[in-house]
Amino acid sequence: MTVSSDGQSDAAGWSAAVGRRALSYVLPFAVVAGCWQIASLFFPPFLFPSLIDVFKRCFGILLSWSQFSDVLATVGRILAGLAGAFIVGAGFAVMMARSRAANEFLSPILTLFQGIPALSWVVFAIIWFHGIEPRIFFIMVMTTLPAFTFQVLSALQGMSRDLTEMVMSFRPTRAKLFRTMIIPAILPDILTAWKVNLGNASRVVVVAELVGATGGVGYELLQQQQVFDMAGALAWTLQLVFFVLIAQAVLTFIENVAFRYRAVSERTL
Amino acid sequence: MTAAAPLISLTQVSKLFGKPGAAPDYVAVDRLDLGVDQGQMLALLGKTGCGKSTIFNMIAGLTEPTSGAVTVDGRNPFLEFDWFRGKIAIVFQNDRLLPWRTAVGNVELGLEMLDIAAEQRLMTATRWLHTLGLRGHEHDYPHALSGGMRQRVSIARAFATDANILLCDEPFSALDEMTGRTLRAEFVRLVKENGKTAVFITHSINEALEIGDRIVVLKRPANIAIDQPLTAATTDAEKEAIRHQVQSVLVA
Repeated sequence: MTVSSDGQSDAAGWSAAVGRRALSYVLPFAVVAGCWQIASLFFPPFLFPSLIDVFKRCFGILLSWSQFSDVLATVGRILAGLAGAFIVGAGFAVMMARSRAANEFLSPILTLFQGIPALSWVVFAIIWFHGIEPRIFFIMVMTTLPAFTFQVLSALQGMSRDLTEMVMSFRPTRAKLFRTMIIPAILPDILTAWKVNLGNASRVVVVAELVGATGGVGYELLQQQQVFDMAGALAWTLQLVFFVLIAQAVLTFIENVAFRYRAVSERTL
Repeated sequence: MTAAAPLISLTQVSKLFGKPGAAPDYVAVDRLDLGVDQGQMLALLGKTGCGKSTIFNMIAGLTEPTSGAVTVDGRNPFLEFDWFRGKIAIVFQNDRLLPWRTAVGNVELGLEMLDIAAEQRLMTATRWLHTLGLRGHEHDYPHALSGGMRQRVSIARAFATDANILLCDEPFSALDEMTGRTLRAEFVRLVKENGKTAVFITHSINEALEIGDRIVVLKRPANIAIDQPLTAATTDAEKEAIRHQVQSVLVA
């Protein structure tokens, strides 16, 4: 009987803990949504539309292929830009890690690129390129390239010298050194770099589409702005937010699977 | 009749270290002559900073000598680095296990470099883990193993490649006395049973006397102060005399 009552109290305690945790996640969003909804009662819809209208518009975008294809176009541009920047950046990082001369040559250039505002890259792209897709791809690559390069370089330089020496003692080919040592060692930093750059890229792509595209979330936002449709602007923004959340969840899932070897301390930060 | 050439040979080898672009200012090894015969178990003894690890890295082909010649099996281990794949294995001071691989995955590492088929790799790695008393821990990650178990995995990793030459850099110094003694005994047995040639770096005179069939004591910068063979016929009294001789060199 004691065991049973202990079991019940344990279950109740666990449920309460889960409930508290869920509440702590939901509460901030609920407060913001509540404030917005209250504001919608006192202000005209072009300033604070009802959230019900916003969610209706969200579903409308999801259900209409002509509109949803704009979301997909933006997602495609983000992923293509990130992939391009990652490939070029990883290549640069490997060169910089291997050669001091390459590091001394590329590092100031990338630092210079980092200081150029995203909007300037948009203007350069419009002047230099004709097609919409090359323009946006260029903007995405240039704005995320320095971060990818420096993050991968830092990961390469931070690799354990002891472990590298151990692997080298088996005399691996270059491909095997990459497969068995370098990639697993830098993978955590690569995933972190993708998480960080994903957020940056989703902001930059909107600016790029706003100015230089005839489709995509940024372009649609411009349309909503021209007709003062706040519900539409929010609905299109939320599409991008959902994509970022889904992509972050996928990256977190990969982390959980790939890094299951990590020891878990009972006392953590 | 001439004696067979040593398997490992260092002839007038020097190694100098310095800042890149500046004149070398640290002599780690100074005109060293040393030969290790096939099947010999050489215990290399010396104080910290006397150049033991530098010699070790030059034999392993990880460092190039500044002058002189290092040959292993008649070849240059630094310049002909790839030729020695599967021929030299190293047991390091700390286990150096890849944290993202299980015990069996770590043992398989050297076999992967030799392009051995996955099934054969798994079989060999598992057999070595079992030989070293790690049955049931094949799929544990390093963080789940004790220090002694991790060092066993690193010994299994070195033996699994069936390399003829084993280079050991104080592999048991980080372990407690009992675990170290047990592993040392197992290590000597495996080296002898498998007919390997081993160079064993150590700080401990007892360890050197226990495992080596030849003791070389180095003085800074690496030069031979004592070169003493040990055989089954070496008596305890003779070992005691060697111990005193070694102590006097190390203390000086």
